[in-house]
Amino acid sequence: MHLRSALSGSVLQLSVEDDWTASTLPLIAPQLDALEFAGLDGLEIDAARAATIDLSGAWLLHDLSSRAEANGLAVVWTGGAPPPTVALVDGTLGTGKGPDFIRPAAAEFRPITAIGRTVVERWAGLQDGLAFTGEAAVRMLRGIPWVKSWRLISVARHVYETGIKAIPIVALIAFLISVILAYMSAEQLMKFGADIFVVDLITIAVLREMGVLLTAIIVAGRSGSAFAAEIGAMKLNEETDALRAIGISPMEVLVLPRVIGLVIALPLLTVVADAVGILGGALLCYSLLDMPFVQYFQRVHETVGAWTFWVGIIKAPVFALLIAGAGAYRGMQVRGSSRELGRLTTMAVVQAIFLVILANAMFAVLFMEMGI
Amino acid sequence: MSGGVGEQAAVGPAIEALGIINRFGSQTVHDGLDMSVVPGEVFGIVGGSGSGKSVLLRTILGLHRPQGGEVRFFGTDLTRLSDRELRAVKAQYGVTFQAGALFSSLTVLQNVQLPMIEHLQLPPRALDELAMLKVRLVGLPAEAAWKFPAQLSGGMVKRAALARALALDPRLLFLDEPTSGLDPIGAASFDELVMGLQRELALTIVMITHDLDSIFRTCNRVGVIVDRKMVSGTLAEIAENPHPWIQSYFHGDRARRFEVSHGA
Repeated sequence: MHLRSALSGSVLQLSVEDDWTASTLPLIAPQLDALEFAGLDGLEIDAARAATIDLSGAWLLHDLSSRAEANGLAVVWTGGAPPPTVALVDGTLGTGKGPDFIRPAAAEFRPITAIGRTVVERWAGLQDGLAFTGEAAVRMLRGIPWVKSWRLISVARHVYETGIKAIPIVALIAFLISVILAYMSAEQLMKFGADIFVVDLITIAVLREMGVLLTAIIVAGRSGSAFAAEIGAMKLNEETDALRAIGISPMEVLVLPRVIGLVIALPLLTVVADAVGILGGALLCYSLLDMPFVQYFQRVHETVGAWTFWVGIIKAPVFALLIAGAGAYRGMQVRGSSRELGRLTTMAVVQAIFLVILANAMFAVLFMEMGI
Repeated sequence: MSGGVGEQAAVGPAIEALGIINRFGSQTVHDGLDMSVVPGEVFGIVGGSGSGKSVLLRTILGLHRPQGGEVRFFGTDLTRLSDRELRAVKAQYGVTFQAGALFSSLTVLQNVQLPMIEHLQLPPRALDELAMLKVRLVGLPAEAAWKFPAQLSGGMVKRAALARALALDPRLLFLDEPTSGLDPIGAASFDELVMGLQRELALTIVMITHDLDSIFRTCNRVGVIVDRKMVSGTLAEIAENPHPWIQSYFHGDRARRFEVSHGA
């Protein structure tokens, strides 16, 4: 029993009892909401018998007296002055006015403005990206004459982190891809008795496309995200500002070693993926088609042309540039909060994979035109 | 529930830490540390860097289980409670962390509402209005309620963190370096705010601070962590303590001006 009410003439007398706290508020609020002010001209509140009135309870009383006053009732505190917490709430929110809870209106949707803003933002984003690429290129070219600016230790660390440590997962994926290729092609080609072409298919697909593409996608997920997150966290921690203040370009010590490291690591990883893919094919052809290893490798040797292997490998450094660039660029864009960090890391990975696949398509057209 | 604890509050200390032992590897941070906070007082924890102020706070809050000793909130030993019981205790105190620790994906208002939604069953209107009340109470303008933490200045972050700490109308408030990073004027007005709330809401406050101004302005009693134990008393008593660290802390050059103005 938190509230006792009595009617004396046209004055409603309320007696506040027990605890009016955050935990009892759900019990009391409906009782207060049920009060009717119509036809009354006075409200008397007596809080002398209340045990505890904390801020939540005080807000209920504040809200009650505000509503009563809005309905034209004169509010009188009987049994002494209002409790101190109520006075505090009154002082904070002001008395007399109704609820002052105004949510800012959501911005009105104007399609033309929205399109215009998007265009301007995209244009600025494009300029940003170009500026970043340009600065990276200039830094790299300027740094070439000075051995110290190569940051060899840092580059070696990134080759280790992004390359050596990725070997197990890249090898596993390459093996699984050759399993898929072998199963798919064996089933179709066996119908024509053209078993031997399974080898051609595996060899060409792995060396030209699958090896490098899948390696790049794994590395984009593994290292592109790591680049964005590492650099982004450093930006949030003002480490990049500290570097600039010392007179070191963050571009030179944070971005370039990662880019160079990945440009070295990705072709090497591709070689691993190619090798494992071909070996996996050998295993599958042996078990599915009873093809001896000697025959398999002989066929591989016949299939591989002058360019088959290089067509795959040439793409790797380009993919590496795209992945490392996207990761580092998005990392450098982080500012403000950890939410930005997550958003931009996600964006780095999505863009890296998109760019890799786009570049791969362009390479396909290019090599076709060149006839290799 | 609150009635039972309330009766004990009238007699015993609000918080009591007895024989706290904290070790990390071979490093002993606290070795039989005792601390006791009386209801309604502002208790300052002082100590050099690495003396384990934050570890002590985490221990008292039940976020870290000590290797030895017990922590009592109004007589209940925290170190022996299950997670479920600990949750009920956590609804009784509010904490502000050093860097604010506001949830960056939520607006200030949502930050204040989060503990309310988690611990109380409030009707939607009360949820909104009570959160706004807390925001206004700490001296933030109503517009600030809709902003994200990244859009706030340092002083506003501290205030928003205080608003979140007050969300559940706690009787105990823990402040970890509440005035660090604020300019002296901002720090003074924050102290004033804390003192005002302490008076009006009859709060018991434990604060870690390095700010001598703040200590002299707000604290009734001070506990200094030296040699892995705590020496506590009123400011005058502590200032008399012969321990060299305490002497240099309260009587160093920095502190000299207070001897003039406060006669400590």
